[in-house]
Amino acid sequence: MITPVDIGIAILLLGLAVWTAFARAAFAAVAGFIAYGLLLALVWVRLNAHDVALTEAAIGGGLTGALLISAAARMRRIEQATNTERTGLPVRLLAIAASAGVALALSVCVLVLPDPAPSLAHPTVLNQEATGVGNPVTAVLLAFRAIDTLLEAIVLLIALIGVWSLAPERAWGGRPGPRQVADPNGKLAWLARVLAPIGLVAGFYVFWVGADFPGGKFQGATIIASMWLLAQMAGLAEVPPIGRTWLRVGLVAGPLIFIAIGLAGTVTAGAFLAYPVPFAKPLIIAIEMALLPTLVLVLGLLLAGTPAQELSK
Amino acid sequence: MTPATLFGLCAAALIGVGLYGLIVNPHPLRKIVSFNVIGSGVFLMFGTIARRAAAAGLGGDPVPQALLITGIVVAFSATALAVALVLRLFETTGSLSLAADADDP
Repeated sequence: MITPVDIGIAILLLGLAVWTAFARAAFAAVAGFIAYGLLLALVWVRLNAHDVALTEAAIGGGLTGALLISAAARMRRIEQATNTERTGLPVRLLAIAASAGVALALSVCVLVLPDPAPSLAHPTVLNQEATGVGNPVTAVLLAFRAIDTLLEAIVLLIALIGVWSLAPERAWGGRPGPRQVADPNGKLAWLARVLAPIGLVAGFYVFWVGADFPGGKFQGATIIASMWLLAQMAGLAEVPPIGRTWLRVGLVAGPLIFIAIGLAGTVTAGAFLAYPVPFAKPLIIAIEMALLPTLVLVLGLLLAGTPAQELSK
Repeated sequence: MTPATLFGLCAAALIGVGLYGLIVNPHPLRKIVSFNVIGSGVFLMFGTIARRAAAAGLGGDPVPQALLITGIVVAFSATALAVALVLRLFETTGSLSLAADADDP
């Protein structure tokens, strides 16, 4: 049944979405978007999708928010100049008509969804025991639909190659992003020293319990990557230059091990990404262990951005 | 009405609001924000479908939930690439305009 909390969350969520569309400054719109992401995580909890809630809070709200707010801060000083560029009234009216039409059509679709809804919950639960994994979402991610997870890890790498390829010639191979200048004895450095060890433990915990409870490698990797970013911002760690061999190896190791285990499945279990049943759980853990460092590196480097600093001699 | 239907309707409205913001705001970063609002609306609608398909003692259908996790991560990587493009445009031209007749450098 709908509780007043549900209605309150829905109204706040819509209000924040409207804010991101109408706020005067980009910085304010992005700040609203971060609150929106965290509120959306609550909606996922209300929809009994706890794994999605963790992912939304960590990646949808957290990492995306950090990415957008640092970009907004860098562009802030020239925003006033571009504010003169305004969309004309006819376009605005057309936009209102188009968005209202889309929203109405989708609302009708929501109201006429088939009842009872088609579901793959039964087959998942029936076959889950063979994987040795207790969390059905993890079983889908790493056994039944492992190809999605493999391609997703590769998509992240392709996005990183895209971000790097925007580097100007002189900065190729150098460190990403603007140089961080921070006081090594400041408050941020203190926070990074205190919070990073706790964050690392929390990240590994979320990663490890993912097999049986909500959590997993993406959520864990995000927490660990954000601790890395915190140390960078506090001036305690530096982003490595993108030309480093260990970095390149770390970036491809996870997907390569995933593909190798998948190929081994063609021999031992008769299909790509199939696991022989007695070894399913150890193989799934091996894949997750291999993907974790790669994901930490990719997520951290995607946030760090395009190489902009010249290679120091 | 169930919470799933309520949030499904909410998702439809979010997609509408995001679409409006995407069309109307000239600032490229705000277009990215609005595009993410559309994306989250699509995810939420898919999530209500997962919730309606709850069965076998689970709170929702785990297959769409797993696809949603994949989708959120892919959306993040696309956003990171889009932000990098906007920042590079800003560094190269010193402008945030996407208009075709933007001031020539």
